[in-house]
This record gives sequence, C-alpha cells and structure tokens, in this order.
Amino acid sequence: MLFRRRALVCQEAVELMTAYLEDALPPRDRSRLEDHLAGCPHCTEYLAQIEATVAAAGRVGPDDLAPEALDDLVALYRRWQSS
Amino acid sequence: MPVGDPDAALVHALRAGDDEAFASLVRRYHTRLLRFAESLVPTRAVAEEVVQETWLGVVRGIHGFEGRSSVKTWLFRILVNRARSAGAHEPREVSLGSDALLEDRFGPSGAWIRPPAPWADTVDARIMADGLARRVRECLPQLPAAQREVFTLRDIEGVDAEDACQLLGISAGYQRVLLHRARSRVRAILAGEMGGD
Repeated sequence: MLFRRRALVCQEAVELMTAYLEDALPPRDRSRLEDHLAGCPHCTEYLAQIEATVAAAGRVGPDDLAPEALDDLVALYRRWQSS
Repeated sequence: MPVGDPDAALVHALRAGDDEAFASLVRRYHTRLLRFAESLVPTRAVAEEVVQETWLGVVRGIHGFEGRSSVKTWLFRILVNRARSAGAHEPREVSLGSDALLEDRFGPSGAWIRPPAPWADTVDARIMADGLARRVRECLPQLPAAQREVFTLRDIEGVDAEDACQLLGISAGYQRVLLHRARSRVRAILAGEMGGD
C-alpha cells in the first residue's frame, strides 16, 4: 500500500515497473516513479535490464520447421479441401 | 479483422483452397504454437499432438473465422481449447506472496543493499538483444508454468494484455503479477549468465 504523500523507496519502485511499462500506472504513481528513477541509478539500471529482457524476448524467433512436418500438414489441408 | 493484420490475406486465400497460403501460415506459426503448447501441457509429445489438433481445427474452422480477432489470437485460442481438452490445467489464481527472488536484495528501509550489477556495455544494443534472445528462449523451462505461459504470450508472442487474459482465463491483475515475476526471473537468469547479478 503506497502512502500518497511520500516518495517511493526502491523496493516499491521495482514493484511498479511492470505496470509502468504497460502504461497502467495512475498519473500520480507514474510521476512518483519517474521522480524516483531520476535520482536512483540502481532502479534506473534495473528498469533498463527489464526493458532489455523484454526486447530480447520479442526477438525470440520461431524455431526451424522440419520440412516433413510442413508437408504432412499441407497434405492434411489438401485432404480436407477435397472432402 | 483488426486493421493491419498481416495474416488477413492468408486467411482469404485459405478459404479459397490455396494450399500455398496454408503452408505459409504453418511456416509462420507452427513452431510458435508448439512453444506455447509446451508451456501448457506436461510433455513435448502432448504438445505436438495438441498442435496437430490445432491445425485440424484451423482447417475445419476457417470458414467460421469471423475476423473479430487477429489470426494470431484465433490460432492461440484454438490451441488453448485443444490443450484444455488434452488435460492442461485449468487456470487457478493462487495467492502469491512477495517476490522471493528479490527479497534479500533490499534492506529494511526498502533501499537496495545488493543493487543490480550493470550489464556490460555493447557496441550495438541490437547485437546484444539478438544474443540475449537465444538465452531467453533457453531459460523458459526454468519458469514456473503460469509465469511461462504469460511471458510466452505477452513478451515472446506480443499478444496484448486483454487477449492474453482471455486466452489464459485469468484476471488482468493476476496476469500482470505473473508477467512481473516472470520478467524478474528471466532478468536474474540473464544477469547470472553474463557474470553479473
């Protein structure tokens, strides 16, 4: 539970980071987090690492598809189309 | 169909019986469906069956697809239904305690006592992201199942929060906590592998 009038401590700031990245923080919490980040290199680094993690996850591409697997599925599709 | 759905043309061609369009759809999604299926069911073998059943559902259901969701979301929805039929656990919102992963890193005042070690500078942030991508994929088995499901859908597959909640049958709040925990854990694994903390 955050008391609205005081600044965030690091542990609270970290707890808010996912909501922050989702643009789901109410404006007051958002500015309180941004104020905290402006003065805290550790939380700033932590947020950057979370963002790098998310960016890396977004670059996880599909694995290679075995040609036989593709052929089998296309055959299935053709059978269904002709029935 | 949602504006700008890249798969819209494929669906149109599929309905017309174009098997090259079907092959394109399979190439685009099969291994992604398999990866998500593995987060839902206990074994690879069951996951493969579930994905086969999913493609069957696609082939049978293509004329009934109304385009209200994106093709991607539709595929994942069929998959979740097949997975539940194959015995994937029903969603169950358990009460999660505090994040144990970070507990010992903060002092009584809430400040860091063991702050994150900065990640090594790289020449190109994009190169770093590509290298990390492989590591992210490799660490998926280390996530608890519910966290792995949400992380796969949200951060790997780029499904939006609302669709993810609907697919998994969980509330927005629970979904966000799971995502938060998953990202925390993946970050910790990546940091460990880079020699940091």
